[in-house]
Amino acid sequence: MSGTLENTVKDICRSHSNDRTRMMDIVREVQARFKCVSSEAMDVIAAAVGTHRVEVESVVSFYTYLSEKPKGKVVIRLCNDIIDKMHGVERVAQAFSDALGIKFGETTPDGTISLEYTPCIGLCDQAPAALINDVPVTDLHRSIARQIVADLKKHMDPKRLVHRLGDGNNAHELVQSMVVNNIRTEGPMVLSPVNRGEAIKQALAISPVEVIRAVKTARLRGRGGAGFPTGMKWEFTRAATGEEKYVICNADEGEPGTFKDRVILTERPDRVFAGMTIAGYAIGAKTGIVYLRGEYAYLRPYLEHVLERRRNDGLLGQNVGGKEGFNFDIVIQMGAGAYICGEETALISSCEGLRGDPKNRPPFPAQKGYLDCPTVVNNVETLCCVTKILERGPGAFNEYGSQGSAGTKLLSISGDCKLPGVYELPFGIKLSEVLKQAGAEDAIAVQVGGASGAMVAPNEFERTICFDDLATGGAIMVFGPERNVLEVADYFLDFFIEESCGYCTPCRVGNVLLKERLDRILAGHGEPADLDYLQDLGETIKTTSRCGLGQTSPNPVLTTLKNFRSAYEALVKERDDGLQPSFDLSEAVGDAEQIAGHKSVHAD
Amino acid sequence: MAKPKVATTSLCGCFGCHMSLLDIDDRILKLVELIEFHKSPINDIKKFTARCAIGLIEGGCCNDENVHVLQDFRKNCDILISVGDCAIMGGIPAMRNTIPLKECLEEAYLNGPTVYNPSGQIPNDPEIPLLLKQVYPCNEVVKIDYHLPGCPPPADTIWEALVALLTDKPVDLPYELIKYD
Ligand SMILES: Cc1cc2nc3c(=O)[nH]c(=O)nc-3n(C[C@H](O)[C@H](O)[C@H](O)COP(=O)(O)O)c2cc1C
Ligand code: SF4
Ligand code: SF4
Ligand code: FES
Repeated sequence: MSGTLENTVKDICRSHSNDRTRMMDIVREVQARFKCVSSEAMDVIAAAVGTHRVEVESVVSFYTYLSEKPKGKVVIRLCNDIIDKMHGVERVAQAFSDALGIKFGETTPDGTISLEYTPCIGLCDQAPAALINDVPVTDLHRSIARQIVADLKKHMDPKRLVHRLGDGNNAHELVQSMVVNNIRTEGPMVLSPVNRGEAIKQALAISPVEVIRAVKTARLRGRGGAGFPTGMKWEFTRAATGEEKYVICNADEGEPGTFKDRVILTERPDRVFAGMTIAGYAIGAKTGIVYLRGEYAYLRPYLEHVLERRRNDGLLGQNVGGKEGFNFDIVIQMGAGAYICGEETALISSCEGLRGDPKNRPPFPAQKGYLDCPTVVNNVETLCCVTKILERGPGAFNEYGSQGSAGTKLLSISGDCKLPGVYELPFGIKLSEVLKQAGAEDAIAVQVGGASGAMVAPNEFERTICFDDLATGGAIMVFGPERNVLEVADYFLDFFIEESCGYCTPCRVGNVLLKERLDRILAGHGEPADLDYLQDLGETIKTTSRCGLGQTSPNPVLTTLKNFRSAYEALVKERDDGLQPSFDLSEAVGDAEQIAGHKSVHAD
Repeated sequence: MAKPKVATTSLCGCFGCHMSLLDIDDRILKLVELIEFHKSPINDIKKFTARCAIGLIEGGCCNDENVHVLQDFRKNCDILISVGDCAIMGGIPAMRNTIPLKECLEEAYLNGPTVYNPSGQIPNDPEIPLLLKQVYPCNEVVKIDYHLPGCPPPADTIWEALVALLTDKPVDLPYELIKYD
């Protein structure tokens, strides 16, 4: 083993106190330093932190940002998710591939540049987009792709690819990004101007129990997707026994089509951190963790700077806000490219230095979460709402929205619309009104809630955005007249197949079977009975999967079956020969014919 | 009334499922009162000459001849039953599915540790059926009406299913007959 590798890896482990639960930080750092976590490195890490090698290996093999084989010094991750596909990513991909002389999934022979695909990176409103190491590049087309490769070959510095800066804090010296916010409607709550320190002052003036009561009175429900009442979650966590308690901000934002948390973190991070601090006060926690998706690493220096400023201003640290004995601080935990880590128990596993596997529930995180301690996990936007509720009072919050869904909701709208971007709108708004604002009146289908959400047809555009009707974590993907909704559903299955953690069979295998059958239909080999098969299998996957990923993965198929039935029916036809039209003997026997050098006597 | 005809075949199987069928022991006498065996390895009838009520299929499809036979069964039988895991899912032979065909053949005839093959030839006579690029479960090749799981399905399972089908009664398979762990 090379001495330098061993020593460097040992140093990295030591800088993280040889703490097994800091595995994510350790392996991310090793990856950054050596462009891989090699077999030797895994042995060193395992020995240093006192765990089995297989533990290290299972982490390295789980996350897409980590690899055992060396990657290039620069990794180009081009988003080929559905929205980018609609914006011509294939041509951009071809241009990258040609300019580099390699295929996707490969590294240039000199080991400098790797080319990969990635699912949604939260830049759908400026797609096609890619991450070049941590640096986002947006609105790509062929000539830009060629230029990027030419520039990289010259200087190998992704930062120097940024020739124009985005608006707002995207231009901040610690961000320096070409990303734009595309804030279309700045609502009265989440995106309203920040009144720094006010909410914390108000919260600390009352007791923790009264803080929870205020959140309950405001009828705040979680913005991350599931819509669980926030006050109740806090109450459970407060009541649970545990030496330590934790507040986790879920900034994993992996649901394809969702990018509102990116904008919040860019423009209103103080509001998020204030919400975490208030949660900490309410449940009795000393530590907050922001789980930031790896794709948003470009925001990290700025977020660290905001945290530091809050420490200097007494809004974090010892005796926060002058409140004797209330100590609270926030750390950032980086993810490493795994959609499942947005699921709260998988997120906790990841924070603990493990594979991002969901955990069995109960116990819920409120009882046994991070390191088995009572833990609150809340979405970025939920925490902003908390701050606003404390700042302005519950009444000012729930005067917006509907009875079951109080307040406003950030929607990230992308796809076939004139004005993609972020809209803060009151809950209860009709989908048709949202589409009008976004300039998407000719939509033939809208995916509400991202890949795991529902595909809605025009006859349902009068339905409303809220928890009781069309629920969404924020994603609204618009599909115009020339799109094929079945192909969209098919693509989403690819996504879930790739992102399933593989723990349970219905999700790991079921989604593959769904996709095979849907592909059969798309190839014109389907029969009416196949639609029943899709329905049955989809329902089985939903009811028998362990976590929310599997429980929602059949939604694109099930909702298109319901709302776009005629699209399926046009493709299937009854056959009476008893044969499976999808089976092609000449294709199946082709390899053998070639090896044997003669034709099959049975194939035509 | 003429007795309904039953045909059976073993495709890419080990004949274990046929053995299990014979394991119904003396009930085979009852069975031949209910049915008449048509094309089957049991009586060595090679060709379909009459329509059959039921076709029992053991094994999946690993070569072009299996496909031919299975399609022939579909043409000539009212009801097809996949008997055993090989027919239902490909079974043990499907373990080769992740390995390219050429590698499989080379391992079997050239490189395997116990291979003795001085001529270094991979068998290639036109009489030998050609292997498919993978082993297919029967229901990917033709439509299958029923599946009897097991490796092999116990004789009682086969018996109960056949009798139920022939007497037009719902099949009642106790838990023990369909439990496999
Ligand atoms: C597969 C999957 C992915 C998820 N991704 C996210 C995410 O990126 N961000 C998020 O806030 N919640 C996500 N959730 C929901 C979280 O599990 C959890 O419900 C949420 O963070 C709770 O916060 P809230 O109550 O404030 O919404 C995801 C859930 C599942 C099942
Ligand atoms: S449902 Fe899917 S993602 Fe969730 S635990 Fe099961 S296999 Fe993993
Ligand atoms: S299922 Fe089992 S017994 Fe039947 S053919 Fe296959 S291996 Fe043999
Ligand atoms: S960034 Fe490509 S779909 Fe979201």
